[in-house]
Amino acid sequence: MTDPRTSIMNERMKGIRKIIAVSSGKGGVGKSLIASTLALILASKGHKVGLFDIDFTSPSTHTILGIRGIRPKEEEGIIPPEVHGLKYMSITYYSGDHASPLRGQDVSNALIELLAITKWGNLDYLILDMPPGIGDATLDLIRLIEHTKFLIVTTPSQLAFETVKKLASLLKELKIPIVGIIENMMMDNSRTIQQQARKIGLNYLAEIPYDPKVEEAIGNTDKLLKTAIARKIEEIVSKI
Amino acid sequence: MHEWALAEAIVSAASEIAEKERLKEITHVTIKIGELQQVDQDILKFALSQLKTAKLKKAKFNIETEKAKLKCRFCGHNWAFEEEKLDETASEAIHFVPEIAHTYIKCPKCGSPDFEILEGRGVVLQSVKGAKQP
Repeated sequence: MTDPRTSIMNERMKGIRKIIAVSSGKGGVGKSLIASTLALILASKGHKVGLFDIDFTSPSTHTILGIRGIRPKEEEGIIPPEVHGLKYMSITYYSGDHASPLRGQDVSNALIELLAITKWGNLDYLILDMPPGIGDATLDLIRLIEHTKFLIVTTPSQLAFETVKKLASLLKELKIPIVGIIENMMMDNSRTIQQQARKIGLNYLAEIPYDPKVEEAIGNTDKLLKTAIARKIEEIVSKI
Repeated sequence: MHEWALAEAIVSAASEIAEKERLKEITHVTIKIGELQQVDQDILKFALSQLKTAKLKKAKFNIETEKAKLKCRFCGHNWAFEEEKLDETASEAIHFVPEIAHTYIKCPKCGSPDFEILEGRGVVLQSVKGAKQP
């Protein structure tokens, strides 16, 4: 008894040069904003970029990017539509504005289904907006998709960083590469998280100041590219 | 799941099994498809016939559909999936991602979306038979 969908997934991803999973130990650290902005900046530099929102129960990248009213094309599979220069895939194409109350096994099945049917073609980067923590989507991604690298997002809160330590330790144990860590929503110049991150061997990529204006940029990619998040990501994009 | 994408996955998985079991040719492939997938069997069979590799040239594909049975986690009610009660948007969405059933289907007794899909979800390659390499 075999699930044939898992046999085809790596074939579907073979035209993708780099897969970056933007992840965090806990929610509310700005992961989706960073994933969306990173994808937009990479695309603005002429790269072929895909963005896949894997946070199935709380998807938000479609809101951040102001994407509404489009559907993927069917051509012997699903072709992600191109929006703002990105090939964009989200469960919201199918769930709309309704809630998707999925339990662990359902999240797993939906992820396997979408990875098996989505035809990304050739991409330089596929950015994955992950759900927070070490749940089913993270474990399935590690199990099923070869060559995924993780980019971890935290805040200056010790609470957020404690959960990052667990995620980082799991990834290291499984020998999954970690591109680095981004500290988001900084309110002062504290170096506490930076020091702790380096202590556990994480590449500290950037500190992003708290930007109260980021809320006004939600749904508007031009404004989003002028935020502090965008400015900082622009500086480190070559390291990703 | 889209029929063509599914056919590609079946051919790929059957070929992997044939390789592992040292089959020189595959004669029978049995596939069980959950009703929730709402797969059009004619399109799937056509896609399989077009995607057959040399090893699968003589293979017969036996496709079985498993009826979908749902059970409410909240009140314990059991019921059968009835596609005809869904509108086109919901039906199409579930066809592509069957878990979207949790978005559009509610327990007919208590209205909860928290139900278990007991049977009738997914695609399973049940058996791959053929002649072994000498």
